[in-house]
Amino acid sequence: MIDSSLTTGHVVGINGNMMAVEVDTGSVVQNEVAFVKLPDAKLKAEVIKVIGKKCYMQVFEDTTGMAVGMPVEFTGNMLSVELGPGLLGQIYDGLQNPLTLLDNKQEFFLQRGQYKAPIDREKKWDWKPVVAVGDRVRGGQWLGEVPEKFITHRVLTPLGMHGSAVVKKILPAGAYAITEAVAELEVNGKVVPVTMSQEWPVKKAIKAYKERIYPEELLITRQRIIDTLFPISRGGTSCIPGPFGAGKTVLQHLISKFSSVDLVIVVACGERAGEVVELIHEFPEMKDPKTGGSLMDRTIIICNTSSMPVAAREASVYTGITLGEYYRQMGLDVLVLADSTSRWAQAMREMSGRLEEIPGEEAFPAYLESRIAGLYERAGLVKLHDDAHGAVTLIGTVSPAGGNFEEPVTQATLKVVGAFLGLSRKRSDERKFPAIDPLDSYSLYIDQMADSLNKNLDREWTRMVHEAEALLGRGAEIGKMMTVVGEEGISIEDLVSYLKSEMLDFTYLQQNAFDDIDCAATIERQVVDFKLLYKALKTPFSFETKAEARKFFVNLQDNFYQKNYAAEDSPEYAKFVSKIEEIIVSGGGRLV
Amino acid sequence: MFKEYTKITNIIGDIIELSAEGVTYRELAAITNHNGDTSLAQVIRIDGTKVSLQVFAGAKGMSNRASVRFLGHPMRVPYSEDLLGRIFSGSGQPLDGKPAIANAQETDIGGPSVNPVKRVVPRNFIETRIPMIDLFNPLVESQKLPIFSTPGEPFNELLARIALQAKADIVILGGIGLKFDEYIGFRRKFEEGGIMDRTVMFVHTAADPVVERLLVPDMALAVAEQFGIAGKRVLVLLTDMTAFADALKEISVAMEQVPSNLGYPGSLYSDLASRYEKAVDFEGAGSITILAVTTMPGGDVTHPVPDNTGYITEGQYYLVNGVINPFGSLSRLKQLVIGKVTREDHGAVMNSMIRLYAKALESKKKISMGFEKTETDEKYLRYADLFEQRFMDLRVDIPLNDALDLGWKTMAECFDRSEIGVKKEVVDAHWPKGA
Ligand SMILES: Nc1ncnc2c1ncn2[C@@H]1O[C@H](COP(=O)(O)OP(=O)(O)OP(=O)(O)O)[C@@H](O)[C@H]1O
Ligand SMILES: [Mg+2]
Repeated sequence: MIDSSLTTGHVVGINGNMMAVEVDTGSVVQNEVAFVKLPDAKLKAEVIKVIGKKCYMQVFEDTTGMAVGMPVEFTGNMLSVELGPGLLGQIYDGLQNPLTLLDNKQEFFLQRGQYKAPIDREKKWDWKPVVAVGDRVRGGQWLGEVPEKFITHRVLTPLGMHGSAVVKKILPAGAYAITEAVAELEVNGKVVPVTMSQEWPVKKAIKAYKERIYPEELLITRQRIIDTLFPISRGGTSCIPGPFGAGKTVLQHLISKFSSVDLVIVVACGERAGEVVELIHEFPEMKDPKTGGSLMDRTIIICNTSSMPVAAREASVYTGITLGEYYRQMGLDVLVLADSTSRWAQAMREMSGRLEEIPGEEAFPAYLESRIAGLYERAGLVKLHDDAHGAVTLIGTVSPAGGNFEEPVTQATLKVVGAFLGLSRKRSDERKFPAIDPLDSYSLYIDQMADSLNKNLDREWTRMVHEAEALLGRGAEIGKMMTVVGEEGISIEDLVSYLKSEMLDFTYLQQNAFDDIDCAATIERQVVDFKLLYKALKTPFSFETKAEARKFFVNLQDNFYQKNYAAEDSPEYAKFVSKIEEIIVSGGGRLV
Repeated sequence: MFKEYTKITNIIGDIIELSAEGVTYRELAAITNHNGDTSLAQVIRIDGTKVSLQVFAGAKGMSNRASVRFLGHPMRVPYSEDLLGRIFSGSGQPLDGKPAIANAQETDIGGPSVNPVKRVVPRNFIETRIPMIDLFNPLVESQKLPIFSTPGEPFNELLARIALQAKADIVILGGIGLKFDEYIGFRRKFEEGGIMDRTVMFVHTAADPVVERLLVPDMALAVAEQFGIAGKRVLVLLTDMTAFADALKEISVAMEQVPSNLGYPGSLYSDLASRYEKAVDFEGAGSITILAVTTMPGGDVTHPVPDNTGYITEGQYYLVNGVINPFGSLSRLKQLVIGKVTREDHGAVMNSMIRLYAKALESKKKISMGFEKTETDEKYLRYADLFEQRFMDLRVDIPLNDALDLGWKTMAECFDRSEIGVKKEVVDAHWPKGA
């Protein structure tokens, strides 16, 4: 694989976080990691271009004090992460440094050149083998398991192993550290020891599975507008573009808290440190909706905020998705959230500029599109060699310049994701949260998952949803008309359609993130609530005057709205339901 | 001690290039021109023996025989209590006629980020006595928040007033491309207001060299950091950050970097973020709050400078037509203090007053379009007038609790208690007696 004779070189140029290195002896590998030696620290860097004997590297730290001639040692390894039990609940920087373990200068500041082991070397894990001597195994297959927080962590054979291997030795159940060999495998006639941890290069997808499968199951986020109107499938991809302050981060945090998945990897990529601080303080206090344990126990936070080094920001997204792929390999359902992928793209742009590459649109590099596609393609639902299914779902926010979606990152992302949740400035200004624009947004998964939705939620589910969507479109048209001709200029029927569509928007699509009850709606509740609302929307109420129609809907809408703040199964909830049914009947509707 | 070079090969804009060895990245150099003028310069690129430096005083009149002496360290700023009450230029030269700071500890500017796990969740309300801020979008200690405005608006008056009224331990002003009169304006107000002895000023005026502009935020924030670690609650004022961004643009053009948007470098977001992210509440020590001014060229918020700023900061105040606009303005940290450290009716008053004002504007619009004026409209118009007069007028100067009481009074003067959309218990507790 990689040439192991140690290559050395020396610095010949520095421009921001880019350094040019002349290789003295040996070979270099694209994306190989090297360390440059300064008087006070050794800094990590990655090869990004090789031209003859010169190679260009992005340095993952501040380059102040670096000089021509400083020695560079190549490691022979690509930029990698360490995989093994002990990742859950951790807070890492973009290079998988555990932030809680770093020694800080003057206590507070991140000192450059500090690299700490990402997982505890000493901790003993309760190991149980699941294969026996003589068994044949393939790369990424399960050798044994250890309990990690609330999940069963599978210990895997080497993920990059070609062909198959024979188990030569396997340790009996017992407590071992991640550094101890728990098995020996014979690969191509050579016996290799296997520990509970292994390294994997972050920019390479883990493909140690049988096959990818078509995602048809709903990922429940408990956000009504997403789950009902623009659902995301387990193993699917989605993006949330929106101007600043439109609510991307709040929405992602809601999704990270309430989604029914096994684990969540939050990548805070080039955004505010304060937002991560909120997560770090909130999550340990919150409950995992699936296991009831602490939310932090199912979460890994990768945090490379906007003032941290730019090259490590570029790496952070890959670090996150690689950890996701690793846990998928255990048959788990993983959700990876990246906020914001635009900052990741900008990190590529900064480096591309320093390399003097020919720029594309808005100075982004020509390979922007393929990098974005390559990232989202790493999500997916797979069937493992052990026949279990595992999923990585990826949801990225996009921060378009000027809030205009006609820009390279949004456009390239739209080409590859299955659900587009576009936030609009208009809706966020009107405080209609989540500010997902129901007319612009779409999900390809609603039809892709139609069979499973209609089977699990309601026989008529997708048809009802499409009808609701159509009503929103109609409502918007009528609203536009009214701004021109006034309410006097439209018919009572149109006014009723308009009021229905407003009610659907106000009482169902909008959801209050800061209310303890309304912030999350279980899928069972969504089905019941949506069907009741659908009934109101379908009832052909007739009114004598427009004022009468308005009055009727103010009352009906208020009851739907108040119901959102009542807990499922509470007497108030039941009261609102019967009140609503009463109002529907009073308006000429019949109940079935 | 340090080797001296006297052969500059290229001069491009404010950047000089020469052949030198042993130079480190971001190192500082002292330049003496043939006529005796001196300036500092900083290494911004090294390619083999070719070294590029940006000259703080600008390269105008620079001789290619000027002497360049490398100093062996990056740009630093002195830090000691003696800084208080002093005024410096962008490159740290005293502007107040007093001697340079002696025996101070020197700190590198543009230092590393705070480890996120060492931050605490912001929790302290900063009272400014400006109702449009305190009541509707309160400022929180350690917040970073720009005032989006346009030239000609009273943004510097607003900054100065907040500095005088906010009760910070230390105020640090970073003036970037200030007009001379504005600089003197700040100085006078701070002296008259009696806060000069807890203020440090770094001032770059429009007449000063462009490169020095780039240093101002870093100098101000490096000093702020030291005071913050020493336990002080520091308020940093940066005005105008658009002038800072324009200086970045000039340098990047001279360096022939590919621009991303309207000529600004692709790193604009990171460049701004590395400054704004210095706002912090240190666990067990002080804090840094940043209030900045970002003028919007052509009043356009989608211009790259306000746009990138909005993506970085924790909200913004829109100052247009002499008032803080209640709709575009947002304090993203307000939910951390409203009703928690402020009075329990704060949230209700804030929401319903804004909602009523939005409706009032709708009424105004309707009437201006020639539709009939109803009785309800009359109520709203009355409310709009009172709202603008009692809350939006920037001359209003009252503590938050008075503003809340005035809010109840104003609503009661215009509406019935059932019309304001507030929970019954809250109305019962606060609705003015006899109204
Ligand atoms: N679901 C919501 N409910 C109530 N308020 C919300 C909601 N979403 C967003 N907000 C309000 O909008 C503000 C900005 O939201 P958020 O930080 O998520 O924006 P953003 O799109 O991530 O912006 P940026 O691109 O600058 O990071 C929040 O501080 C909050 O006041
Ligand atoms: Mg955000």
